[in-house]
Amino acid sequence: MKTTFASVAALICASPALAQTPTLNVYTYDSFTSEWGPGPAIEQAFEAECGCDLVFTGAGDGAALLARLQLEGARTDADVVLGLDTNLTAAAAATGLFAPHGVTADFALPITWDDDTFLPFDWGYLAFVAQADTPSVASFQELADSDLSIVVQDPRSSTPGLGLLMWVQAVHGDQAGAIWEGLSDNIVTVTPGWTEAYNLFLEGEADAVLSYTTSPAYHLIAEEDATKTSWAFDGGNYLQVEVAAKVAGTDQSALADQFMAFIATPAFQEVIPTTNWMYPATDVALPDGFETLTLPETGLLLSSQDAAAIRDTALETWRNALSQ
Amino acid sequence: MRSLPARLSVALVLVLTLGTLVAVATRAQVGSGLAAADWAAIRFTLWQAMASAGVSVLLAIPVARALARRQFRGRSALVMLLGAPFLLPVIVAVLGLLAVFGRGGIANDALGLIGVAPVSIYGAGGVILAHVFFNLPLAVRLILQGWLDIPSERFRLAAQLNAPMWRVLEWPMLQRVLPGAALVIFLICLTSFAVALILGGGPRATTVELAIYQAIRFDFDLGRAALLAAIQFALCAVAAAIAWRITPLDGLGGGLDRTVARWDRSPLDWVWLVAVTLFLVTPLVMIVLRGLPGLSQLPDSIWAAAGRSIAVAAGSTILSVLMALSLALRGGRIANLAGVLPLASSALVMGTGLFVIVYAFVSPTAVALPVTMLVNAVLALPFGLRVLGPAVRDVRANYDRLSQSLGLSGWAALRIVMLPRLRRPLGFAAGLAAALSMGDLGVIALFATDAQETLPLAMYRLMGAYQMEAAASAALLLLGLSLAAFWICDRGGRVDADL
Repeated sequence: MKTTFASVAALICASPALAQTPTLNVYTYDSFTSEWGPGPAIEQAFEAECGCDLVFTGAGDGAALLARLQLEGARTDADVVLGLDTNLTAAAAATGLFAPHGVTADFALPITWDDDTFLPFDWGYLAFVAQADTPSVASFQELADSDLSIVVQDPRSSTPGLGLLMWVQAVHGDQAGAIWEGLSDNIVTVTPGWTEAYNLFLEGEADAVLSYTTSPAYHLIAEEDATKTSWAFDGGNYLQVEVAAKVAGTDQSALADQFMAFIATPAFQEVIPTTNWMYPATDVALPDGFETLTLPETGLLLSSQDAAAIRDTALETWRNALSQ
Repeated sequence: MRSLPARLSVALVLVLTLGTLVAVATRAQVGSGLAAADWAAIRFTLWQAMASAGVSVLLAIPVARALARRQFRGRSALVMLLGAPFLLPVIVAVLGLLAVFGRGGIANDALGLIGVAPVSIYGAGGVILAHVFFNLPLAVRLILQGWLDIPSERFRLAAQLNAPMWRVLEWPMLQRVLPGAALVIFLICLTSFAVALILGGGPRATTVELAIYQAIRFDFDLGRAALLAAIQFALCAVAAAIAWRITPLDGLGGGLDRTVARWDRSPLDWVWLVAVTLFLVTPLVMIVLRGLPGLSQLPDSIWAAAGRSIAVAAGSTILSVLMALSLALRGGRIANLAGVLPLASSALVMGTGLFVIVYAFVSPTAVALPVTMLVNAVLALPFGLRVLGPAVRDVRANYDRLSQSLGLSGWAALRIVMLPRLRRPLGFAAGLAAALSMGDLGVIALFATDAQETLPLAMYRLMGAYQMEAAASAALLLLGLSLAAFWICDRGGRVDADL
């Protein structure tokens, strides 16, 4: 019975491979492939030049994406993985599943980028997003001293949450615990992911939410609603750099290389701002409205090794400070 | 009737619960064991689950009693509507609750009008409030079933003898029903993840399920995830053992399957009914109001997803009811065990384990919908069994000797004696299974791409893409479909019946 089932299923799965056009499998996070995300436009543009079938597979969020790849191991169907961030790249590199990207491009990032495995495809500043008429604060200390209420994400289950942990750590180092204790009466609640937090904020449950400086662009451009803003912090805002990588065991190596190179071209990059609501990784023109966004003076980013090394201690500090 | 279907059902339950745990453990590399934080999580998990189960069951007693004693127009609609919170995806229900009890909710607006400072829902109180919102209706239904199962002859007899109704009939019934109801709710809350985290207000409200999530998603420490999931099963085993030990058996004779019109009423009944209706229905009204504006502009993909959800729900309902019936007929410890194991399983461990198992043979995407159907059927099984088990026992106790003397056995006995008497619980069990399957987000997220997206997953993905208005409408559609599925099945069971 099992053999019959498996062979029938294998036949179904094998049929695309028999077709003439080769298939490139790209694993990514859910919102990338949704009809409002960058996926559809990028698929169309790439298929026009590759003579192939580009198939996006959505696998939850960035962390779920890596876990999925680790579960599948070397047998994975993925040729390219798109949507990890720098908090995850150390763990991703350690799996040995990825190959060098071989792409050279002029990146328009606030930091220099010299990773030859993980190729940045977009980036953004983490920031607290608030209504424009909410009195703004310019540091974690000011936020802690204020009466403002905030919603943040859990660093144990969400990538922006982990970014916030690293942000406090990067700015305050040994004082991070004291900052978190100060913030504890501002934090309304900690949510499992970005979606829940942002919804709570939109429902008026808090004055501000941890999101990106680019979030107000969505409200401005897609909803013509200019009432949202974000706050630049004096010590700098932490960066989230989203990266793609070629899977070492791919059976479509040339096609995967072609897609990695395509990521750094305007055809890919120009889609990003108004679909993924992040900054493009190379120097392409930004849509109208992006010039109104808050621009932090400094973009902070711990190296992936440093981030991985301090994560457990930082989590411990966070938990102790907020559990009191 | 130690039948093949019962054995298959048990096997399926074991594979999906303990089997997936083993599958996850086999992929583990070096495990890190349990940290101090994990013990804190276990303590919090136990505490909130006990509190939530206790509060839900205690509040459910007067409500169920009021429903059992009062007949009024719209009563059956109310009973059905009470089931709605239980069937909603967590994030939808939480947003509905916040629209009432949140910082900007109508409860705080009302308090503001009379000059009282706003009350914060976040914290342990909020977690329990949400769990009661989810589970009170279930407790009411389970306990109400107990009341309706008391034959009217007994009430009449008690009245004739002028015996205290509460002491001779109702309290013994509650003693039989309460431990089981409390156990189910305890186990549901044991594996709670998003509710505890969103409303808990911080890492104090960390549950074991969150620790599992972290172990799988962020650390890829499958050994630790399996260990934590095993602890959840152990807690489940202890709780189930206690509940079964304190559940007495019903020893009195049967009746003629008629519900009595009660004469011992109290005006307090109305107070309870109005209070619980307001508590449960107001958040639902908020969900409806938020969802209505965008309903006509829902993208086509949502309708396609809704179609898939309906198909999955139909399949898993049939499967779940067949499994529940076969296990209820078989009875015994194994059936009891199969009736609680799925409740204690971690959704993430189940999904991950299934992924490991399935991946060895086929692409997980290719079987996303059948797997979801199976998982939903097994997850709904405990509820079906909880409803059917006592009903089957009662029919057995009351009709077995008659059946035997008439030479009825096997299929004939099932068709003539059992099934007609099980119509109401069968319909209720099917309704629960259909609606639960409709709203479940569980394992589908691990398996599905856009082409297999179900409605809850599509709704969640809308929220992730800033499409809040469309998501609110999708939530309304989901609420409508869940209720419709429940209504159709439940109604089917009650056609021609007295209630």
